[in-house]
Amino acid sequence: MYAWLWRHLPGPLPVRILICVVALLSVVAVLFLWVFPWLEPRLPFTDVTVDETSTSSTGLSTGWGRITSL
Amino acid sequence: MAPERRSPSKGWATVGVFGELLITFGALILLFVAYQLWWTNVVADQAANQASAELSQSWRQAPPVPEATATPTPEVGESFALIYIPRLSSKVWGLPITEGIDAEELSKGLGHYPTSAMPGEIGNFAVAGHRATNGEPLRNIDQLKVGDLVYVETKTDWFVYRLHDDQIVQPDEMWVIDPVPGKPNAMPTERLMTITTCHPRWASYQRWIWWGTLVDHVDKSTGQTPEAIQAGP
Repeated sequence: MYAWLWRHLPGPLPVRILICVVALLSVVAVLFLWVFPWLEPRLPFTDVTVDETSTSSTGLSTGWGRITSL
Repeated sequence: MAPERRSPSKGWATVGVFGELLITFGALILLFVAYQLWWTNVVADQAANQASAELSQSWRQAPPVPEATATPTPEVGESFALIYIPRLSSKVWGLPITEGIDAEELSKGLGHYPTSAMPGEIGNFAVAGHRATNGEPLRNIDQLKVGDLVYVETKTDWFVYRLHDDQIVQPDEMWVIDPVPGKPNAMPTERLMTITTCHPRWASYQRWIWWGTLVDHVDKSTGQTPEAIQAGP
């Protein structure tokens, strides 16, 4: 896959390396700015807010608000 | 026989691509870890600094109008107070408190439960904060001790709370932020505050709660500042 991509990059070696670096940085930027911020609240370990729907065995719910954090 | 460039069979090519996909997936996971442990803190620290600077600025620009309006309720997303906890001074010193408890508000300091009391009011002034990632202001909550003081600065006042109780509870135990914690229908008479954060630190299947009671109040128009604040972190 990557070998195939490398073979199809245009230009001499320095240009190809430059293209690779730019492409890699773009991917990281897209991940950090959009993909990860979208993903973060969907994963259990940065669970910031909880409410009546949160999974818990015990609890005296007053239906009053939410307990928050991580 | 002429030398021939051997290309791998279809099967081996497929295995190769599969391997590359696995490596890529591993790299993505590592990047996500870097994002959580490093990048969210960078962004949150920046947002907190900006929010507290803007708040201090707005306080200076518009001097308090006496008796104009009784503590206007802030909009969700609006920072309205600064908090100082000497015991946690490396993280919580002039940290903004923002109305609301969603990810956006919590990523620039502490968040205020919108239905709870405002600082200094009768009832329960309840705030929440991250203990890991996103600035992690309450990272060292395990170092708090009974008797520790919490300073909350609003546009017009300093409120000093003394922490007196803590408990680890389940995530749906909302009684902890009741005006009278544990007594949902009781009329509050005391001025309390509640701090909530996650427990254990890297998982969030429980909550660590600290309660405090108002012990001192300084009107900023007198020009006074609590001694601990003057002394600095």
